[in-house]
Amino acid sequence: MTTIADKPDAVIDLPEDAHQLTAKVRHAALDALPPGRLMPDRQPAYVASWIYVFGVVTVAALSVVIATGMVLAVFGPAWWHESPTGLFVNSLHLWSVEVFFFAMVVHLWGKFFMAAWRGRRRATWVTGVVSFVVSVGAAFTGYLSQQNFDSQWISTQAKDGINSTGAGAIFNVTNFGQMLMWHIVLLPLAVGVLVGGHILLVRRRGVVPPFAETAKKGRTDTAPADTAPPFEPVEAAPAGDRS
Amino acid sequence: MTTTADPPRSRKARRFNPDRDVEEWHGRYEPYDLIKEFLIALVVVVVLVVGLAAVFSSPDEKAVTLASWSRSDPVDFAQTAITELDGTSGTATYGPPYNSTSGSSQSIGPFSPESWVGVHIPIDTASTDVIGPLQTQRAPATQAALQSYQSASPAQQAQWLTAYEKAVADATAPGGTLRVPPGRYGPVGTMIGSLTAMAQSGALDTQLLSTHEFYGTDDTKPLLFVADGTYLADLAQNQHLSGDQWGMMNETGNYPGQAWLWLYTLWYQVPPMNSSSNGDLQVWAIMMVLTLGLALVPFIPGLRSIPRLSRVYRLIWRQHYRELAGGVRAVGAARGP
Amino acid sequence: MRRMFASLVNLNGPGHFVHWGFIQMSVANLVVIGLMAVVFVAAILIPFRGHGGRR
Repeated sequence: MTTIADKPDAVIDLPEDAHQLTAKVRHAALDALPPGRLMPDRQPAYVASWIYVFGVVTVAALSVVIATGMVLAVFGPAWWHESPTGLFVNSLHLWSVEVFFFAMVVHLWGKFFMAAWRGRRRATWVTGVVSFVVSVGAAFTGYLSQQNFDSQWISTQAKDGINSTGAGAIFNVTNFGQMLMWHIVLLPLAVGVLVGGHILLVRRRGVVPPFAETAKKGRTDTAPADTAPPFEPVEAAPAGDRS
Repeated sequence: MTTTADPPRSRKARRFNPDRDVEEWHGRYEPYDLIKEFLIALVVVVVLVVGLAAVFSSPDEKAVTLASWSRSDPVDFAQTAITELDGTSGTATYGPPYNSTSGSSQSIGPFSPESWVGVHIPIDTASTDVIGPLQTQRAPATQAALQSYQSASPAQQAQWLTAYEKAVADATAPGGTLRVPPGRYGPVGTMIGSLTAMAQSGALDTQLLSTHEFYGTDDTKPLLFVADGTYLADLAQNQHLSGDQWGMMNETGNYPGQAWLWLYTLWYQVPPMNSSSNGDLQVWAIMMVLTLGLALVPFIPGLRSIPRLSRVYRLIWRQHYRELAGGVRAVGAARGP
Repeated sequence: MRRMFASLVNLNGPGHFVHWGFIQMSVANLVVIGLMAVVFVAAILIPFRGHGGRR
């Protein structure tokens, strides 16, 4: 059993403590994601294509979106209209959003053509799609928070679609204060939780293996030879063993 | 041993489906530094974003105010103001969530969430946009006109309103001052004239924003007022932002917009959504179904077979398939003793 | 400092649009979408030499 600390006074896994919520949560977390699975040093050999970088590029772009958003928050929503520095930070925020969606969609195309949901990875796919949809909502509230002509037009147009669903009674796109708070509090939190969960799911199951092809001219409908659990590389590969 | 694996017996009982299941990897592993990869991606993205921001900046078209609108186009302002007063404007006849005009809610068959939720942002355009603001004006002529209007019978008011609507259709604005042809519209002419002057001074913007509190953050009232006219829509049309111009995807100027809204705006261009009074709800229903479909691809036979049948994966994993064909299998090599 | 943040290419100004049948799109969006397609194809075609050049 993995221990968390070697300090003499930190005691875990005594049988009489097994009923504890803390113990149960720790066991569930470590079972799902032991450290070697959470942060592995190696990936399967088939992870050898530039398409694989678009997930991490999306996360990197999201980090820049959040960081630039924080700078805008420090100085308030009027800053970028009044200051050239503020306008530049706003530009950084806008272009990092464009890069974010660019990378996310290329990542989605790649994952679709890899059928990345195979092998009990359906939750990974679902959290990915939901992250995309919530991100669109986050970007939308951002456009609404600009306090300029663009946000005036977008809000007065979008209200019709949203009002038709009944959601407009609560989600009032012409209410700047409300839209700004959704944009900087609620939706970033939602995106963060979804993307974080998505990444943990990827680590839990590992990157999806290729379609199996038999000697029979690329047939992919064959059954597997065995059904061992997904991922036990790190403990097995001794250091220095490169083959 | 993890707790996530099913016992082999239950796994074998289910027939292998190549679009749903996969043989897990027992082959070779290669070094792959995830954190270093993230840091490199971060540097690349920062350099790219700084470059784009420095070269292209970002758009910031100034907002339209009731002041700028009434100064640029006093006729459109007055023509909109009378429809707010007589209850024929877009907002006045909108229905939920602003008011309960019958027959205005969108529906698909019996499904009408807009009317089920009802009025939650009540707006009476006559009092909000015209009478309320005029009551704050001290000019004796304005006060007298207001008094005369409010003490008249509904029938008399209706007569005046109809007459003014007719007259203002031929209004002009020489030198920015509103000129409405004479007619039998009683005090309504003075009322709308005063409102126009109030708007041009900037006082109407402030009044609509801070009706209840000093720190107004809710622009609903002035926005709906501006959107009821044609001025805002004309500006949008010039920037190619109108709904029928696929404007939802666009940004002002030559900036890229929200390109990811392409499918949402596409439905607004095709019948019956492009001309139906229930078009908004129809498009939302379609998009919700499609979005659900995208999220549930792994569960949808046929759709989930497209990756395997299209064989794009042969390009992505060509190195792996080359190794397999060459007989280089390191099965068990990474599994240790 | 002020000049440093002025943009080099001014994208404010009348937009350019393409009309293709019933599709209307801004040139800017078309460039973005086109680039995405190019990058996707390039990503799956360009060889990946990330494993220390073993192969």
